Amino acid sequence: MIHSLFLINHTGDIFLEKHWKSVISRSVCDYFFEAKEKAEDPENVPPVLYTPHHYLVSIYRGKLFFLSVIQTEVSPLFVIEFLHRVADIFQDYFGECSEAVIKDNVVIVYALLEEMLDNGFPLATESNVLKEMIRPPTILRSVVNTLTGGSNVGDTLPAGQLSNIPWRRAGVKYTNNEAYFDVIEEIDAIVDKSGTTVFAEIQGVIEACVRLTGMPDLTLSFMNPRLLDDVSFHPCVRFKRWESERVLSFIPPDGNFRLMSYHVSSQNLVAIPVYVKQNISFLETGACGRLDITIGPKQTMGKMVEGLKVTIHMPKMVLSVNLTATQGTHTYDLTAKVLVWDVGKLNPQKLPNLRGSLSMQSGAPKPEDNPSINMDLKIQQLAISGLKVSRLDMHGEKYKPFKGVKYLTKAGKFQVRT
Amino acid sequence: MSASSAFNEEKMGSSSVGEAEYAYDPVSGKIFSSDYNRHDDLKEMLDSNKDSLKLEAMKRIVAMIARGKNASDLFPAVVKNVACKNIEVKKLVYVYLVRYAEEQQDLALLSISTFQRGLKDPNQLIRASALRVLSSIRVTIIVPIMMLAIKEAASDMSPYVRKTAAHAIPKLYSLDPEQKDQLIEVIEKLLADKTTLVAGSVVMAFEEVCPERIDLIHKNYRKLCNLLIDVEEWGQVVIINMLTRYARTQFLNPNLNESLLEDGGSGDKTFYGSDEDEDDDEKENKEKAEAAALAKRKPYVMDPDHRLLLRNTKPLLQSRNAAVVMAVAQLYFHLAPKAEVGVIAKALVRLLRSHSEVQFVVLQNVATMTIRRRGMFEPYLKSFYIRSTDPTLIKILKLEVLTNLANETNISTILREFQTYIKSMDKDFVAATIQAIGRCATNIGEVRDTCLNGLVQLLSNRDELVVAESVVVIKKLLQMQPEKHSDIIKHMAKLTDNIQVPMARASILWLIGEYCEHVPKIAPDVLRKMAKSFTYEEDIVKLQILNLAAKLYLTNSKQTKLLTQYVLNLAKYDQNYDIRDRARFIRQLIVPTEKSGALSKYAKKLFLALKPAPVLESPFKDRDHFQLGSLSHLLNAKAGGYQELPDWPEAAPDPSVRNVEVPEWTKCSSREKRKEKKVEKPFYSDSEGESGPTESADSETNSASASDSASDSEQSRSSSESEESDEGSESEEEKENKNKKKVVKKAVKESESEQSSEEENRKLEKKIKQQEKDSETVSDDEESDSESSQSTSEDSESEAEVKKKAPVSRTPPKPVKKEKKEMSLLDLDDFEPATSPQVTPISTLLSNSLVTDLEGLSLSDSVLAPSTITPSGTLKSYELLHRITGEGLSVEYCFGRQPFSPDANMVAVQLQFTNNSTSETKNLHMKDVKLQSGMRVKEFPEIELLPAGDTASAVMGIDFCDSTQAANLQLCTSTRKFFVSIQPPVGELMRPVFLTENEFKREQGQLMGMNELTEKLILDAKYRNEHAIVQRVTTAAHLSRVPCGSDNECRFAGRTVTSGSLVLVTVATGEEGVAQLTVNCEKMVIGTMLVKDILLALTQ
Repeated sequence: MIHSLFLINHTGDIFLEKHWKSVISRSVCDYFFEAKEKAEDPENVPPVLYTPHHYLVSIYRGKLFFLSVIQTEVSPLFVIEFLHRVADIFQDYFGECSEAVIKDNVVIVYALLEEMLDNGFPLATESNVLKEMIRPPTILRSVVNTLTGGSNVGDTLPAGQLSNIPWRRAGVKYTNNEAYFDVIEEIDAIVDKSGTTVFAEIQGVIEACVRLTGMPDLTLSFMNPRLLDDVSFHPCVRFKRWESERVLSFIPPDGNFRLMSYHVSSQNLVAIPVYVKQNISFLETGACGRLDITIGPKQTMGKMVEGLKVTIHMPKMVLSVNLTATQGTHTYDLTAKVLVWDVGKLNPQKLPNLRGSLSMQSGAPKPEDNPSINMDLKIQQLAISGLKVSRLDMHGEKYKPFKGVKYLTKAGKFQVRT
Repeated sequence: MSASSAFNEEKMGSSSVGEAEYAYDPVSGKIFSSDYNRHDDLKEMLDSNKDSLKLEAMKRIVAMIARGKNASDLFPAVVKNVACKNIEVKKLVYVYLVRYAEEQQDLALLSISTFQRGLKDPNQLIRASALRVLSSIRVTIIVPIMMLAIKEAASDMSPYVRKTAAHAIPKLYSLDPEQKDQLIEVIEKLLADKTTLVAGSVVMAFEEVCPERIDLIHKNYRKLCNLLIDVEEWGQVVIINMLTRYARTQFLNPNLNESLLEDGGSGDKTFYGSDEDEDDDEKENKEKAEAAALAKRKPYVMDPDHRLLLRNTKPLLQSRNAAVVMAVAQLYFHLAPKAEVGVIAKALVRLLRSHSEVQFVVLQNVATMTIRRRGMFEPYLKSFYIRSTDPTLIKILKLEVLTNLANETNISTILREFQTYIKSMDKDFVAATIQAIGRCATNIGEVRDTCLNGLVQLLSNRDELVVAESVVVIKKLLQMQPEKHSDIIKHMAKLTDNIQVPMARASILWLIGEYCEHVPKIAPDVLRKMAKSFTYEEDIVKLQILNLAAKLYLTNSKQTKLLTQYVLNLAKYDQNYDIRDRARFIRQLIVPTEKSGALSKYAKKLFLALKPAPVLESPFKDRDHFQLGSLSHLLNAKAGGYQELPDWPEAAPDPSVRNVEVPEWTKCSSREKRKEKKVEKPFYSDSEGESGPTESADSETNSASASDSASDSEQSRSSSESEESDEGSESEEEKENKNKKKVVKKAVKESESEQSSEEENRKLEKKIKQQEKDSETVSDDEESDSESSQSTSEDSESEAEVKKKAPVSRTPPKPVKKEKKEMSLLDLDDFEPATSPQVTPISTLLSNSLVTDLEGLSLSDSVLAPSTITPSGTLKSYELLHRITGEGLSVEYCFGRQPFSPDANMVAVQLQFTNNSTSETKNLHMKDVKLQSGMRVKEFPEIELLPAGDTASAVMGIDFCDSTQAANLQLCTSTRKFFVSIQPPVGELMRPVFLTENEFKREQGQLMGMNELTEKLILDAKYRNEHAIVQRVTTAAHLSRVPCGSDNECRFAGRTVTSGSLVLVTVATGEEGVAQLTVNCEKMVIGTMLVKDILLALTQ
């Protein structure tokens, strides 16, 4: 199983190491650095590397590499999934998963890693259980700690590990009992040059924030559960009930968690909320090109499209851009060759437009292909698939919780080919 | 400063981190004087009485460890605090201890007594944590202590402590492998544990210590399967992987029969093309041989334990943990019957939404799976489309999957997609795309020319890499059929002036040399140019120049003799010894001298031998001998500790080893007991050769699955007698049940005193009697009749012909049905291949369509005679291709209304080709273009020759997706292409279903409101009788009659072919020919169209 873990920043410094079995010299990382050098882009580093004595499995999260060393056969997804879980836990504890934050909280991080794996095999990976053993840092607590010399290591024993519902800590108490559910849907689409949809699908997640006293047993039901084609659940969801009744029945973990993710059946047509009229051309003669992009609403279900953002990865020979936007701001990153146009709200009366010229390296050949356009957008109070939560019931506790459901549609991997 | 930092660097390597540490350490000022005393302050703090000071010191020490600094010299000071009361300090001390105990073994022993005390603590959590730390200390001397502690903990009251004990086992094993035997005892004990908490950890220990002791699993197998869903996710992964291996050793291969048949049985293909009468004898022989083989083989019956595993792992496909999903996927891939593997595709496609690392691993596995089971991922083709933002690694893997998925039907979409990829800015990816196009072209003959043309166009691309890659791929493609493409070779010859990439240049030269006979004028000129630039070329190019020269010398020595000499001379003095060697070798071979050996005679044979075309294969071929999802599979090399996936056993080991005896005194809950018994029951009955509930369910799915691919007729035929007898017995039961139902109904109907139903009953009674009769009583007449039908009932095509023949020979449709029923009875009653050799092969053939036949049977019982089968005379045929536009070829089509056996979701379309021209038409086949999204087509087998004036017929399947939109197709002959379209009337988009009156009413009740359409009409006086109505409705739509209590109502039911939505039709007649037509259908569009059509049919 997992032998050691190294945290490496993007410049290649190893700033944390943890060994669960005997110590492995950090020189093993040299193989990784070699691969990283070769790959240029950190995203292109192969997640699994082979060295004479070890196998290196790494993930890239938040500009950090989580590099684990293994010695014997183990499912690579097992390791990858675990590493992501580690990163998730850091995020959960510190709000972000960055080098600075990990360095600042090195003792907590170390204690967490100690609890998460035993002899390389995962022991406690539920955030609720871990939080019982190691308290996450809060401003108040850190002030108190500096004054009293206390630490974040909990003085209670992790009773959660013993219970049948390891994801929920015992003895939760709140004065305001509330349960919020966010239904977030993402549209993944590839739209081709002519505006026809090559491929589109909707992926959704239900993120929950549950702060309820005691051991509540919740049941969430949908108006139209048939829409859901493929689902995956948090372990707390009772699968049998879903199979038979199409309701989500569960004892929730405390705090924030992802209740389920789903895929909307592909038979349903996917509504594409915006259309893009684009014209990007590079002139054969003279080192320049033209760009003209207009965005308009298509099927927005009467809602406002917000947070509209257009990202274009330009060909390498585009040196600079000279564009004017009727709305929003645009920036061009000269080194990464990325044009970002932050449009904001989409006004159907006055369609946003970005046009102007691109100046290119002289002498360089005209690029083969036009760059594709990546879209980002948000529509509040709408789940584009039409999924609706019908009700939430609670059993097992007497009080009346405050309940809320929010819908949000976003663009996922939304790409317009040009 | 410099001294200490140098020290630091030496030890730790990274100086920048070291400096950061000094800046961070507030007390660093004190320690510059001496390296050895640099931790004095920390020691002081640790020695103090204040917990807060100790804690502060420990925090700093842990931070040092985390950064990879050496803090081993603090060991004595830290170890003293192991007994500290403060739990925070204690935990940090543990961290330190585990890290450094190995280096300071003697000192570490000081701490042992503390843990030993901890092991006796009344609090389970303290016991567990003491064991955890104790077992983590890698000091050999304490092995006996550890062993003792583990043994004790393994029988602890608390499952959490037992879990910790399981975790400790592999730790001890790695410390001292000699303890293996004792540890196995502990593992055996813990495996019997009934709590979910322990299960995952102990299986992990099992895998690390004694994976070969599969016998330990037997008794716990069923328990593990049942607990699985409640085990924590990481444990699930380990257990599933282990159970995959276990199942491979204990159960029989569920796909065994298929794989055997796949090797031998290619009968299908030859059958399609050949004339029936000619090789009837041959076929019969083959059938006999096959039947004999089938008889020899034992019937496959899935072990109920095998089924249990498959059933209990399936819900885990919904896990949020990618590793669990992958583990289940590989389990299904390696263990499930072919028909059931499909369920994993959706889950794996879902994982593609996850992090790119997860995608990477999943795509690797999908790539391997697609080679073996392409059909599984075909519906998800678009999920593998590539985005420009994907990392290159992912892009290339997706490309691999797309290439594997390519087949005749989807190749056009895939190629269109590839076209966009070629323009990508990512050049590695473009190169891979070109390779992929090459592979598609080799695998799919139809598109080879298209691909080749596309690649030739790429030769004028501006990017050199693209051109080079294309050249290499074109070279491989041309090797398959060089004669046709001399112009491409010429074109490529011109490219030598421009292309600089060595590999591409070498490829072009090789091509020209190989096919110099096709380009006799250009080749010498190319050699001339190359000779000029010889000295500047790369080595691989030089070698190919030599080859070219040699080949030209052999074929065209007059023009090239001097040139060859020149090149050989240049090569003689080359710096590279390979080239010098090659030159020497070639000179000796081709240039005749006095002393040239015997070989030179054969020079031409040596150089100009026909070379086999390269096979472009997926790099993922044959990777599936590694267990999917494993590290070894990913690396395509055996990783340390990899457990081979064993081959299926020839004969199943004794399944009784998995029986768990449940002694009376155990305190297991009654529910559990019941569960155990449930599992065991089918197993016992199994030995008697009778099928328990699980198996029959299985055989059902097996036969139901006979719809996926073209090979399934083969598959189900091969699925041996057992399945068939299963089916048979089932069907008998079914029928009996139905008969019973009918009897009940009879009573009801009698009270209503309806004549028609009485008639029906009489018929029924007759049938029951017939069932009781022996097969021998079947009249000769019928037997011979049945034989002729059996020999042809192998696939739907011939079946159709039988049906067509039926009315011609004036045989009413009924007897055909009846005799088929006899057939199934025959198999049941005396199923003994030895006694009735004639019958057996026939029955094996029939098994394929048995299910559908039986369906038809049940219809024939209830539906009035005219509606059972629509005689082909009333089938309306439509024109597909007029003989003028078709230049003599005319094509008509009609909807045969028989199930399309290769795919139940398709509508069978019968095509009738007539060649009215004076010359023969060759290679009639079909290409699909411009299909509406979702539509699928199963082409008819190519008609190789249609002589002038002749007719031929063929059956194709179209999945119209329940829409009446036309399927646009391309009909090709060897010389021409015709664009044709087939538009189905709405009535053909459904198939009849059998419903009872009550079922009909209930379903109708559910399809009210928007789903119900009603229309009033007036019937013509001639057509007011029931018979006419039934005839007209069934002609308009492929529905079956539903028995009905009142005599002024006719009811019909069917399901749409693709989605299986119910279609219910009611015609209620009233006074004076006033009638009301009601259609209930979930699909409103279908409903509206159907109303229109039936209305038209009734009022015409």
